Amino acid sequence: MEANNISEHVTHRHRDDVGAKLGMWLFLFTELLLFGGMFLAYAVYRMKYPQQFHISAMEMNTTMGTLNTIILLTSSLTMVLSIAAMQKRNKFLSIIFLLSTLFLGTLFLINKYFEWSHEISKGIYPGSEVLLSKQNGEILYFGLYYAMTGLHGLHVIIGMIVLVFMLVFVINDNIKWDDYVKLENAGLYWHLVDIIWIFLFPLFYLIQ
Amino acid sequence: MQEKNTGNSHHIIDYSTYVFVWVMLVGLTALTVTIAGINLGDYTLVVALFIALIKASLVIAIFMHIKLEEPIFKVFIAIILATLAVIFILTFIDYTFR
Repeated sequence: MEANNISEHVTHRHRDDVGAKLGMWLFLFTELLLFGGMFLAYAVYRMKYPQQFHISAMEMNTTMGTLNTIILLTSSLTMVLSIAAMQKRNKFLSIIFLLSTLFLGTLFLINKYFEWSHEISKGIYPGSEVLLSKQNGEILYFGLYYAMTGLHGLHVIIGMIVLVFMLVFVINDNIKWDDYVKLENAGLYWHLVDIIWIFLFPLFYLIQ
Repeated sequence: MQEKNTGNSHHIIDYSTYVFVWVMLVGLTALTVTIAGINLGDYTLVVALFIALIKASLVIAIFMHIKLEEPIFKVFIAIILATLAVIFILTFIDYTFR
């Protein structure tokens, strides 16, 4: 009897999906505090220089920003659909949705690249002569713009690297319909990146 | 081999719910862009942030599955949001009355 218990104990494989997800959420909170600090800096400087923030935001291409918002929202949809497909034991569809998410992430970055090059071609980048000749509030706006969208873009790149790993895991059945917490946690990260953009968009593009 | 599986599997949301939430998210984006074109003065920022808040809540509740998750997740999120709120409020009190 006792021996039986012990052998059962040895072969027992512990799995705790809720714990894994809680751990992921704790990590997401540290990310939130990281971005929170930048949003705080933005809030204080916008209060101090409201007019100059308005003037600077006129430089922004709202159409491009809106397009990128929709691209990222759609990528969040395909991400969650990939998990839903996995739950429904549809591996093929899950892979297709993961690939779509990666494609949309790439599209977002390409747009961002054109947006930044457009600003840089006008001589507006941190430390440039054109920017330093402007007023304090405008320098701060563009400093925050490059820092915050830059850090966000970095998160998109990291998220895509994580998703490539998930794609491999799904393909070689490391992630299965009855064990997909890795895919869920990767999704949580991707959605956090989406949420941060949801706030960046009105703050940098929609100041009239 | 025994497996201890806590949670998961019974939480399945249909594809159509996700698509519906996405339609709402895109609709709210169109709304916030349209409203930004109208001059609301001081309310512009408040309205834009309010819409962003609704969008973020939708993503958290449905896409991040918090609606179906155990209560402890909601407690965690409430604590982190309260922490962020305290940081913002204290900073603004300091900035305003300095």
